[in-house]
Amino acid sequence: MSMLVSTTVNGDSMEFVCDASETLLDSLRDRMGMTGVKEGCGTGDCGACSIMLDGALVCSCLVLGAEAEGREIETVEGMSDGSKLHPLQQKFLEHAALQCGICTPGFLIAAKALLEKNPDPTETEIRYALAGNLCRCTGYDKIVRAVQDAAKVMNKKGKKA
Amino acid sequence: MQYIAPEKISDAVEALSQAKGSVHLLAGGSDLLVRMKGGFIEPDVVVDVKRIKSMGKIKKAGGGFSVGGAVSCAEMGDNDALKKAWPGVVEAAQLIGSDQIQGRCTVVGNMCNASPAADSVPALIAADAQAVIQGPKGERRISVAKFAKGPGQTSLKAKELVEAVELPKRPAKSGDAYLRFIPRTEMDIAVVSAAVSLTLGAKGVVREARVALGAVAPTAKLVPAAAKALIGSKLDDAALEKLAAACAAACAPIDDKRGTIKFRTRVASVLGRRAALIAYERAGGKL
Amino acid sequence: MNDDPAYTGQTFKSVGTRPLRPDGVDKVTGRARYGADFTMPGQLAGLVLRSPHAHATIKKIDISKAEALPGVKAVVTSQDLPDVTGGDRELLPILENCMARKKAFYDGHAVAAVAAIDMPTAKAALKLIEVEYKVLKHVTDVDKAVEPKAPVLHKDCFTRGVDPKPEKPSNVAKVSTFGHGDVDAGFEQADVIIERNFRTEQTHQGYIEPHACVASISPDGSGDLWVCTQGHFVFRQQCAQLLGMDVSKLRVTSSEIGGGFGGKTHLWLEPVAMALSRKANRPVKLVMTREEVFRASGPTSATSIDMKIGVTNDGRIVAGDATLRYSSGPWAGSWAMLGAMTAFACYDMENVKTTGMEVLVNRPKTTAYRAPSAPMAAFAVESVLDELAKRIGMDAVEMRIKNAAKEGTQASYGPVYGPIGIGPSLDAAKNHPHMKAKLGKNQGRGMACGFWFNFGGQSCTNLNISMDGSVTLTVGTIDVGGARASLSLCVAEELGIPYEQVKTVIGDTGTLGYNEMTDGSRGTFASSMSAIMSARKAIDEMRHRAAKMWEISPDDVIWEDGHARAAGDTNLPPLSIADIAAAAEKSGGPIAGHTQLVADGAGVSFATHICDVEVDPETGSTRVVRYTVIQDAGKAVHPTYVEGQFQGGAAQGIGWALNEEYVYGEDGRLQNPGFLDYRIPVCSDLPMIDTQILEIPNPNHPYGIRGVGETSIVPPLAAIGNAVSNATGVRMTHVPMSPPRILDALDEASA
Repeated sequence: MSMLVSTTVNGDSMEFVCDASETLLDSLRDRMGMTGVKEGCGTGDCGACSIMLDGALVCSCLVLGAEAEGREIETVEGMSDGSKLHPLQQKFLEHAALQCGICTPGFLIAAKALLEKNPDPTETEIRYALAGNLCRCTGYDKIVRAVQDAAKVMNKKGKKA
Repeated sequence: MQYIAPEKISDAVEALSQAKGSVHLLAGGSDLLVRMKGGFIEPDVVVDVKRIKSMGKIKKAGGGFSVGGAVSCAEMGDNDALKKAWPGVVEAAQLIGSDQIQGRCTVVGNMCNASPAADSVPALIAADAQAVIQGPKGERRISVAKFAKGPGQTSLKAKELVEAVELPKRPAKSGDAYLRFIPRTEMDIAVVSAAVSLTLGAKGVVREARVALGAVAPTAKLVPAAAKALIGSKLDDAALEKLAAACAAACAPIDDKRGTIKFRTRVASVLGRRAALIAYERAGGKL
Repeated sequence: MNDDPAYTGQTFKSVGTRPLRPDGVDKVTGRARYGADFTMPGQLAGLVLRSPHAHATIKKIDISKAEALPGVKAVVTSQDLPDVTGGDRELLPILENCMARKKAFYDGHAVAAVAAIDMPTAKAALKLIEVEYKVLKHVTDVDKAVEPKAPVLHKDCFTRGVDPKPEKPSNVAKVSTFGHGDVDAGFEQADVIIERNFRTEQTHQGYIEPHACVASISPDGSGDLWVCTQGHFVFRQQCAQLLGMDVSKLRVTSSEIGGGFGGKTHLWLEPVAMALSRKANRPVKLVMTREEVFRASGPTSATSIDMKIGVTNDGRIVAGDATLRYSSGPWAGSWAMLGAMTAFACYDMENVKTTGMEVLVNRPKTTAYRAPSAPMAAFAVESVLDELAKRIGMDAVEMRIKNAAKEGTQASYGPVYGPIGIGPSLDAAKNHPHMKAKLGKNQGRGMACGFWFNFGGQSCTNLNISMDGSVTLTVGTIDVGGARASLSLCVAEELGIPYEQVKTVIGDTGTLGYNEMTDGSRGTFASSMSAIMSARKAIDEMRHRAAKMWEISPDDVIWEDGHARAAGDTNLPPLSIADIAAAAEKSGGPIAGHTQLVADGAGVSFATHICDVEVDPETGSTRVVRYTVIQDAGKAVHPTYVEGQFQGGAAQGIGWALNEEYVYGEDGRLQNPGFLDYRIPVCSDLPMIDTQILEIPNPNHPYGIRGVGETSIVPPLAAIGNAVSNATGVRMTHVPMSPPRILDALDEASA
């Protein structure tokens, strides 16, 4: 059965038609052009398809497109403020926290969710919070450092404001 | 496939009653969508319960808590009162998958999936939790310990759904804990697991206890002999030895890709002992 | 122009700095396009039907019902991929693997494929294909496959490399032997000899991006292929040959690659997508699911290794003898050969012999995985060496220092080494603070060494100078982890301009001559050599242009700091690249430098790793609590990305050592084709991974560059094994050292 779904992606109202059994991951990639959301496994084990759904960090491969009706979605495409990168994006670049980069969108979304909840996490907290995002290139070292550094920068900014 | 998202329990029960072909309930989807992706099931109807308001809440009920069937494990972790009363249940819920999975998955879904390795189920059994079931004939309650019938089999009848799971009132000086063994630090299915819930009497002596094991039998199971080993003790070595022996004796696991009979049996004892010590400390006991 | 690739010994301005990578912003904003992110107009959705049997004769395939389903545009089987290889021993197995012909050789082997207007239709069509199999006896275990009674995969497989030729076919496809001296005489001199069998299980590269491609084959015999690959020129060559096309008429464009580690050096889906597109006359996209990736693409070998080493009481290795059996999937590879070559490469030995056996099994076709075959051999060698050191009461590092190969040593696999880094990496390990740090309860420390050859080979680059003086370098090697930054740095260095003025792009196969793959840690080594030569050619051209502008002899123009300068005492102001480029139209047209070369002399690479583990004696669970990688990188062009390679390889090795393995059932089916039960390390499994870069210049490269990508996966298996041994007192001989295996070993030791 096909469904017409109205949703909000990165602040923009969007409508799409999908089969009722289609995942939100496929809807985002194939219907709405959000190919920054990646499929690494399709079973919730790698985190490459991480998005925010009504403020909750989820794997979009484990959500039906139909469930997006009336909900708000954030993807990596909405992370920067115009041409100004989010501090996490900037720090991932500076620390070389990506090699191939396929896991990066998922890591950025998960790290953002973490820092919004816990602005000053310990290394262990970062490691456990990001355990749902697989990276096969970096050994995670530089990713953890990038998140630590971004947290520092964001906290400084927060204090100034 | 048809997708239905009712807003009332009665509508959900009605949808289940009306549905033709294979009908599946969708809460967190972390099991259902994986099975769909793998081609193991092809539902004709999916009933999404997340828009039913009453199922999306954690309520205080009867001195304890009622956790709605659509409450995500992440939301359980955000509830301080629940965490304080039932730290073992919440930590079990928060061991299921990643933060991403916890943003979706529910303990009721975990229960209904009826995997012997379900993380939250041993903790719920140790907590003596009750499932609140709605169906065409109205409401009924069943102990979580009796809910699963076998791997993937539950005692839910056709057209029924689990509205919530209820955790009883917590007496003073109580504590619970859940431990599982996995090869990595995160993201694995429990190879073996143990949950312990204790209430202490005078001078730190265990007055009441419930012990449950996971992944060592077709369903997660209550181990009364293990509880008995603890009751009346202050978790001295002799009591812990007895507990470990009771845990091992209760194991009837299988060899599979995730673990061997030998390993599961042996580690069940280790985890039972370690979980008991944590629960004891949480209950205010001093070793 | 100076086309001498010899090391210049120059001091660097750009090389060795750590600028942001040019492809970075696209990758943190979701803009970068990977294999599955590309769409062609009119594109169809493709799916592959795979064998559920480990070994079966395909008696009949009926595609009529699938073809009749509305919306289905093509169904293909091996009949649509006829053998046009002309008996090419390398190519035919690739074709047979992409689409089973008479037999299905493993669980997951492709037997048919469909292209339809959308995914639901393709799924429905797949179910309508009827395949009649005759199930055969199978063998998945490497040791069982060599037993006399094992089911033989290929009736025409007579072991190569043995004399006389065997009378009966077997699953041993090839035997390769290396070494020198007299091992029997060597063992005579030994005071202590240890002989053990080691086993390692099959692992997967585990790249996060599944294989994906879009193929469009036109009725006029030309075609386009968009694909995630480690080598688009190689893919073009092989795909065109397999499909019977002129190579030049197929254009292959490489997407960004979401990890490869060797697994994307091989064709899996691409010829099938092309066959579907040819039949449907429309573009077809094929994307593997994760399950397909595990069941049907490039795992590494499972191994069984008999290792025997003898030492004298003063720690001199007097002989080493190893027989190494490597599973190769259903077709012969060179995996055992590489294991046999690398096993003893770290050491200076008078008597050494290694025998590699390629063993055929009913598992997916083995392909390269980062320093392919070396980690397993190193696990066996380095474990026995540690044990020997203990037996003679010598420090493990000291014993290795005593035996380390050096410049002039004849390697166990033949050649004589130039300047190498094994000795320096051991000295660095000995002096590293990690070696002296205190250990906690249930903790142990281990160390191990590793070697990888590094490859060179054919490369081709274009360097074009734009009218504003900025520079585009076009290369034909895939950037798997920051190479565009490194290559831009080299060009900036050679031209004497800022890094930001150089843009490195990866050209499609229509833009350059043949380039070998990004494998063997060759990408930066070979392409930088070619890029430097291109820059030198462009400089030469610019000197001539400046001479023309100044009306002096080109011999009187020197190149310095990114400027042309007139020699001697003149009033002519230096000309920048931008100055010369702006006047190019009047001085002879666009300015470019083009190079094609065969990069020889890739410097070999060595590493020493140190690792601390903590073992839970009650559960057998092992955690790595501290890890240090010391490796010779030659000149580190972009040190941050060199560190990244060190760390990534170590992490993969840790996963291999502790948890990763293919689990096959009695039925020959893979039981864990997903990231849930094929357990690669997660973030919380690992500590920070410390790195120390040694820079021993490669004499055969202008900047002294060596490959760095692979060696770091070689030592971890043994380093962890040695650490576990030091923590628990038991010697682990079976990888992964999973909790049940460690508990069993502890039980055995206490019994």
